[in-house]
Amino acid sequence: MKINKNVALSDSGFVFNPSTGDSFSTNPIGLEIIKLLKEGKSMDYVKASLLKTYTIEEATLERDCYDFANMLMKFKLTEADEKAEN
Amino acid sequence: MKKRKINIAVTGLNAIDSPGPGISVIRALRDSEAFDVRIIGLSYETLEPGIYMHNLVDKTYQIPLPSAGASVLLERLQYIHRKEKIDLIIPNFDAELPGFIKLKKELDKKGMKTFLPTMVQFDARHKVNLSEFGKKHRIKVPFSKMIFSANEIGSLKEDFSYPLVVKGKFYDASIAYSPDQVHSYFNKISAKWGLPVIIQEYVFGSEVNVTALGDGTGVTVGAVPMRKQYITDKGKAWAGISIDDKKLMSMTRKLIKSTKWSGGLELEVIKTSEDEYYLLEINPRFPAWVYLSVGCGQNHPEALVKLAMGEKVKTFTKYEIGKMFIRYSYDMIVDLSEFEKISTLGEL
Repeated sequence: MKINKNVALSDSGFVFNPSTGDSFSTNPIGLEIIKLLKEGKSMDYVKASLLKTYTIEEATLERDCYDFANMLMKFKLTEADEKAEN
Repeated sequence: MKKRKINIAVTGLNAIDSPGPGISVIRALRDSEAFDVRIIGLSYETLEPGIYMHNLVDKTYQIPLPSAGASVLLERLQYIHRKEKIDLIIPNFDAELPGFIKLKKELDKKGMKTFLPTMVQFDARHKVNLSEFGKKHRIKVPFSKMIFSANEIGSLKEDFSYPLVVKGKFYDASIAYSPDQVHSYFNKISAKWGLPVIIQEYVFGSEVNVTALGDGTGVTVGAVPMRKQYITDKGKAWAGISIDDKKLMSMTRKLIKSTKWSGGLELEVIKTSEDEYYLLEINPRFPAWVYLSVGCGQNHPEALVKLAMGEKVKTFTKYEIGKMFIRYSYDMIVDLSEFEKISTLGEL
């Protein structure tokens, strides 16, 4: 999963999609996920990174990341998955 | 750089809930770096707010309604010209454009320039001809049909499913969910704008619009796409944001190139969730939100003035993405004497 190149992110968690004009607010963890994806990291890398940083059960993290990824796709913030760095 | 003085007459001073573009156009002209403008407002009604906005409009004259005909309009414009020495007229209403287009040569001879679409361009993009226009220029247009009588409403179910859109030939559009609602909108719209009334397929999606300027040779001088963020019950954008939409920009350039569009225009488009674009309307003048173009770095009204005055204009190559406009309402306090002047003398 890759975040569209032109999606703008601010440190406050404000996300702007210039193609559609939509804007969103996300919490610090959401921001961290989007930033990593925007850097070209894979979702597996993101999950491993979150698992290392936060105290969370793997199954819960898996489910939450799945939901979040679906939301990103639904809001058209992603592009077709290409070669992502692990 | 010293600004050049220029007298510009502008219509569309009705900055109301369904606003005319005049005030936006004037604000853009006031921001011009090339011109020092004196604005002559041309109004139809005595309560058009722009008449009383003296910080924007220097002097206003009432002009006859389009139904009075071109010769009555010419006579009135000549009177105003004698007093104000108008260099350029920017009409901003669809309904008045045919009159100004007809008078173009006459006005030009008298020193009043215009920069308008031709009658052929004006007619080709008319709501009643939009299906044909779409076919000719290979642009998707929602299926539509003209009706001339309320008796035709019953048979609409053969061609349409509900909801559908009921539109006036110049303005107004309402979404109808049943034949009863079509009846009601048909009566309301035909009483106001005459016949035919246009019935259009309802396309689900987000409303995206473009304000643009064509130089008459096929070149797009400037274009700014916007997504409506807040829509009033009259379907007007109360807030919008400039977007980066390459398909929409390409559609705009293609249209201006193939029609050799001359003047300002607005494209009203629906973008579906499958990223398909349906052209709803082409308005043959700047939209009421044209001031957003200035906010995005493209002063379209100023560029139109230059084109009208026969000057070369550089095409805009970029615009700022993510600029928003948010409209607001504002109560002006006006002396009765001002209202009296415009009501009795026809000028203020």
